[in-house]
Amino acid sequence: MATPNVPLWEVFIRSRNGLAHKHVGSLHAADATLALQAARDIYTRRGEGLSIWVVPSSAITASDPAEKGMMFEPAESKIYRHPTFYDVPEEVGHM
Amino acid sequence: MYTQALNTSDAEDRQIEDAARAGLFQARIDAEERIEPNDWMPAAYRKTLTRQISQHAHSEIVGMLPEGNWITRAPSLRRKAALLAKVQDECGHGLYLYAAAETLGTSREELVDLMLAGKAKYSSIFNYPTQTWADIGAIGWLVDGAAIMNQIPLCRCSYGPYARAMIRVCKEESFHQRQGFEIMLTLCRGSDEQKAMAQDALDRWWWPVLMMFGPPDNASQHGDTSAKWKIKRFSNDELRQKFVDATVPQAQFLGLTIPDPDMTQDEAGHWVYSPIDWEEFNQVLAGNGPCNRDRLAARRKAHDEGAWVREAAAAYAAKRSRRDVAQAAE
Repeated sequence: MATPNVPLWEVFIRSRNGLAHKHVGSLHAADATLALQAARDIYTRRGEGLSIWVVPSSAITASDPAEKGMMFEPAESKIYRHPTFYDVPEEVGHM
Repeated sequence: MYTQALNTSDAEDRQIEDAARAGLFQARIDAEERIEPNDWMPAAYRKTLTRQISQHAHSEIVGMLPEGNWITRAPSLRRKAALLAKVQDECGHGLYLYAAAETLGTSREELVDLMLAGKAKYSSIFNYPTQTWADIGAIGWLVDGAAIMNQIPLCRCSYGPYARAMIRVCKEESFHQRQGFEIMLTLCRGSDEQKAMAQDALDRWWWPVLMMFGPPDNASQHGDTSAKWKIKRFSNDELRQKFVDATVPQAQFLGLTIPDPDMTQDEAGHWVYSPIDWEEFNQVLAGNGPCNRDRLAARRKAHDEGAWVREAAAAYAAKRSRRDVAQAAE
């Protein structure tokens, strides 16, 4: 008999206070409590974190990499969003 | 429009499109870009990686068996705690790797079922028995040492999830190799019997460990495309030579003799080893090693005996979610 599928979770860990939670990997668990315990055992055996988030993988909506050109084009073309676009005379000093 | 174009089938269109995409894909690889799960990739790349990563995962899981054999008989509490931690790491490595393999579209459960059905391979080394405590030392020193040689270049593999899993694995393997070497060193500095036990373990593990790097370059079936796709960055023979060159001085330090009396050092400083008995390797891969049946039987037993845990966890999760839905409706 085929082994039934167990839900997939994505694991995020804050390595120390002041830093954001960062995606570290995924795991299978029947529910959120088991997912947290498994995340502790799998991803923090050597003091890698102070806080863990587990999120059902199915709850994540992702952008399509095939459409990344269209998706991120507006950011590419607006060079006036960067400070280097503006000319400030050298005499003014650091700004 | 040329009339020819009206005659092309969808399949042909797709092939032309795929050829164009394959070109772009190879250009990304050549530019050292990483490939991520939802990116387009050739079917053969996906298949090769699924095979390689899942075999790697199975190896980690099956690899827990020969070492687990000695947990209850470790000679001291210190050794026992270290061995337990090491075996737990191997399990963790298996899980990181299954997670990486799954991103290619085959579920962990399917991959595990293939292994349990005897349809997937795992590293041939784990089909050898651990007969004495010195074997635990030899495994850490040599088997994990060989694994590190293999895995460090994989940290730069073109497939992002595999490379990231390997970075974690490599960090942890270093403890494994050092604890193995320490066991060997302690035995070698002990009584004559203990030193003989260490030599016996080296004698039995040396050749199977050299086989771990896979068939020689002139006989390897996956080498060319894996190199083109930057999955593999060094050939089997190159890695094997690196391992031998690193290990010979360590054996000399221990005062042990490599079981290859004809071994010589060439002018460039490389240790030239005798021909490897590939017939033994093929026999072990074909299922005729000393422990193949034992290992699979142990995995199947563990999987079957864990079925009730999986069922209970699923039943509890289902009950909780029904209750949550009912409470939300109130």
